[in-house]
Amino acid sequence: MRWIRRNLVVIAGLLTLAYMILPNIVVMVFSFNKPAGRFNYTWQQFSTDAWKDPCGVADMCGSLVLSLQIAFWATVGATVLGSMIAFALVRYRFRARGAINSLIFLPMAMPEVVMAASLLTLFLNLGAQLGFMTILIAHTMFCLSFVVVAVKARVLSMDPRLEEAARDLYAGPVQTFVRVTLPIAAPGIAAGAMLAFALSFDDFIITNFNSGNTVTFPMFVWGSAQRGTPVQINVIGTAMFAIAVLIVVAGQAISNRRKRIAQPK
Amino acid sequence: MTVTEAPAPPASGPPVVHKKSVRRRLVPYWLLLPGILWLVVFFALPLVYQASTSVQTGSLEDGFKVTWHFQTYWDAITEYYPQFLRSLLYAGTATILCLLLGYPLAYLIAFKAGRWRNVLLVLVLAPFFTSFLIRTLAWKTILADGGPVVEVLNTIGFLDVTSWLGMTEGDRVLATPLAVVTGLTYNFLPFMILPLYTSLERIDPRLHEASGDLYAKPSTTFRKVTFPLSMPGVVSGTLLTFIPASGDYVNAELLGSTDTRMVGNVIQSQFLRVLDYPTAAALSFILMAVVLIMVTVYIRRAGTEDLV
Repeated sequence: MRWIRRNLVVIAGLLTLAYMILPNIVVMVFSFNKPAGRFNYTWQQFSTDAWKDPCGVADMCGSLVLSLQIAFWATVGATVLGSMIAFALVRYRFRARGAINSLIFLPMAMPEVVMAASLLTLFLNLGAQLGFMTILIAHTMFCLSFVVVAVKARVLSMDPRLEEAARDLYAGPVQTFVRVTLPIAAPGIAAGAMLAFALSFDDFIITNFNSGNTVTFPMFVWGSAQRGTPVQINVIGTAMFAIAVLIVVAGQAISNRRKRIAQPK
Repeated sequence: MTVTEAPAPPASGPPVVHKKSVRRRLVPYWLLLPGILWLVVFFALPLVYQASTSVQTGSLEDGFKVTWHFQTYWDAITEYYPQFLRSLLYAGTATILCLLLGYPLAYLIAFKAGRWRNVLLVLVLAPFFTSFLIRTLAWKTILADGGPVVEVLNTIGFLDVTSWLGMTEGDRVLATPLAVVTGLTYNFLPFMILPLYTSLERIDPRLHEASGDLYAKPSTTFRKVTFPLSMPGVVSGTLLTFIPASGDYVNAELLGSTDTRMVGNVIQSQFLRVLDYPTAAALSFILMAVVLIMVTVYIRRAGTEDLV
């Protein structure tokens, strides 16, 4: 009993973690299911069919490719635009900074459904054709703020004297930026870009309103919830999880090695 | 992710002086122009269009015209106030549950995990990796009628308590408010844990030792030292959970029933199925106003002004 009381935080924390991981385990287990009907909600029988033929469902892999394309271009757009804003906000004093800060904060402080619906009214009023471009525009818009926050945090912690030193050594503004500023800001920009990619790839609510007949991967999953979920969806979910964990582990290993090289014992 | 606590920019005196020429002074504006233009055209302007749509009348066939028909707002409130109240109730409950569940885990990662810290952080972020719709659908399997989870909850009498609270009915969980709140809590937990972790991690552990040296019990240390110092994380975590949860319609649609529809579901179906744009626009404006007012009041109360 005393042991439980002393480790209460650890136990509670691990229980929360179990709550968070449980669906991932279910997704993994059910990727090996052989469902009897259209729906893959009850366990029937072990099978590796879905893993052997992940693209065996009509249109699913097409929607996956489309989501990856949108996420890629939205990431490029949001990262470039967002990094520029972040640099301007941190490195320069100018009027309207407060107003610009609120303009960047507001998209994050608003329920997604409000943004999604208002964008739809804009597109409807302009008579825009809903599809790839409207999804891309919307994703770039809502990812922008997150990139600004991520890059700003990094640039704020940068020592401006490094840039001054570069200038004192007769580096031009472009050279200073490319050789000094950009490399130091890179981790922040990378974090912002990864966040943008993940947010765009997984976005459902804004896409649901502004996609017209275009089907991204989350839209496909949503539709399949009504029509019957193919096992392949669980395969994709499991694969995404595995790939992401591998990337994190590899990144960790690389940074550990760098640290070891930088500080030999 | 973290809307909070970027360290305040050096306020006094311009640290980098660019006074050389007019061209130099225009640099920040050129940097800002494309991104800000994007936000104005695709974030601010749509809100204006939505405002105008909300006071229009007409039909899809004859077209809509601005007639300053504010009645739509009143009609929307009187017809859909149950969904509004339900949204705030569900989102509020999910936020409190997220705080109660997330705090120990954030605390564990920040102070007790040692070399396991990075592993735990990856596991917390893991939900982001698998599509959230797939994971929400997995809850359908977990909470299935007669499944092991429901059996256990039934046996320990948990379902008696929740049905007394009106959260469940009989011995099923799926298609009840409990299922929707479970899904909401699950989906937004990472948004609570990460800001909590960031603010806890900044606390100097020596403060805990000092508190202990002054004969404070662990619970007193938590109440008087740790928790107050983690307030920025609590504030931004609760905001990051409550705001998206209040507008969510995915959990209510996938895990709930027609009796658990939230305002997001109404907005979605008015916009995409019923095609009653004025009502949908009015509803979404009311939601925005309610959330913004609550957020402003909350931030004032919590005393954290520098959120960005």
